[in-house]
Amino acid sequence: MRYLEAGKRHTVRFTLNGRAVEREAEPRLLLSDFLRQHLGAFGTHVGCEHGSCGACTVRVDGKAVRACLLYAAQVEGKAIETVEGLATPDGLNALQAAMQKHHGLQCGFCTPGILMSLSQLHAEEPDADEARIRDVLSGHICRCTGYHGIVQAALDVFGKD
Amino acid sequence: MKPAAFDYACPDNLDEALALLADRGDRARVCAGGQSLGAMMNMRLATPDVLIDIAGLRELQAIAVVDGAIEVGAAVTQDALLRWPELVVRQPLLARMLPWIGHYQTRQRGTVCGSLAHADPSSELPLALALLRGEVVLRSQRGRRVVAAADFQTGMMATATADDEMIVAARFPVAQAGTASAFHEVAQRHGDFAIVAVAAVGDKHAIRLGVGGVADMPGVIDLTWPVADAALNDFAWALGGADDQHATARYRRELVRRIGRRVIEEVGDALS
Repeated sequence: MRYLEAGKRHTVRFTLNGRAVEREAEPRLLLSDFLRQHLGAFGTHVGCEHGSCGACTVRVDGKAVRACLLYAAQVEGKAIETVEGLATPDGLNALQAAMQKHHGLQCGFCTPGILMSLSQLHAEEPDADEARIRDVLSGHICRCTGYHGIVQAALDVFGKD
Repeated sequence: MKPAAFDYACPDNLDEALALLADRGDRARVCAGGQSLGAMMNMRLATPDVLIDIAGLRELQAIAVVDGAIEVGAAVTQDALLRWPELVVRQPLLARMLPWIGHYQTRQRGTVCGSLAHADPSSELPLALALLRGEVVLRSQRGRRVVAAADFQTGMMATATADDEMIVAARFPVAQAGTASAFHEVAQRHGDFAIVAVAAVGDKHAIRLGVGGVADMPGVIDLTWPVADAALNDFAWALGGADDQHATARYRRELVRRIGRRVIEEVGDALS
């Protein structure tokens, strides 16, 4: 049994955007804080810290999940993807470019999480319709846009392959 | 909004998990998806000494039809059950209700049994289990016991699970031929906690109605056709809802009457 004692640091190994990472973490350390404070990956934002707002959404083994409801210790051996991994050598990826084009963000606080959810949806359901896109976006709170621009951005990318 | 310190245990099999519970069950919490417990721990409403992570246990990953019920292992996520190809045929009511649980992102971690263990009064799965008269399978080093839904949830966020026990599976009876079901919910935002959720299953003789979000735990009533407004009104009052920051008791009663009527009509239409 893997048993990690409270108050002590334990080695955690995983990949972050394809790069192998090995760091120490206490059991109580949230994945969201691990990414930001220990790995300097500030792209993942921290909002409510109880799973409601969606700002901290990252992909773990392909699934978009809340980083504030996972502990660093739980991602041992897993593949983590964050917003830092989305851009291509040529610049923004299609979803990011569409968000820019359709004014899918203003302050940008919710954007990294939304991009990670839409990334999984696009990978699994590239023809998802507006209702499905809105259903997935319901797991994110955006206080700037009224969501219209975000939905338009997604519609610009989905159903195009 | 950070959890208090805890030991993190990741048992290799169910026996190791049960041994840990037998030894330290009074200060341990079992965690599968952690979508409710994690939030509780971040808010320090739960401060276990040891967190037992069962998400990886192979014995708890199965969805199978056993003795007329869909048996869902304790590590099965809500998303995995929703994607189970047989679900819409075996129990269409669950297929209707699952998309209302949390969000796309939380359903991919959150488990079916975890939601039952959390026993939130406004949750969809305790309502489904109560309405369908399902069962919960508990294990400890002392043995295995199967508890009926009506005996499992004992109040708001309270269940009959003993300190040394854990849920290993939930059993939802498969839909019978000649029955129909319906579900509707009102929440502030899709995926938020239900202000009122109403589910029903019926045949040509009778209809059973279940309501979540109003009382400490789901309320269920058996009614015969035709269902009179007075019967629905009596049920709305009998649930005994209270005012809170989301809605008044009066508004909740009105929702029970209105959504209840809509759900009853849907079941009736599907049967005719």
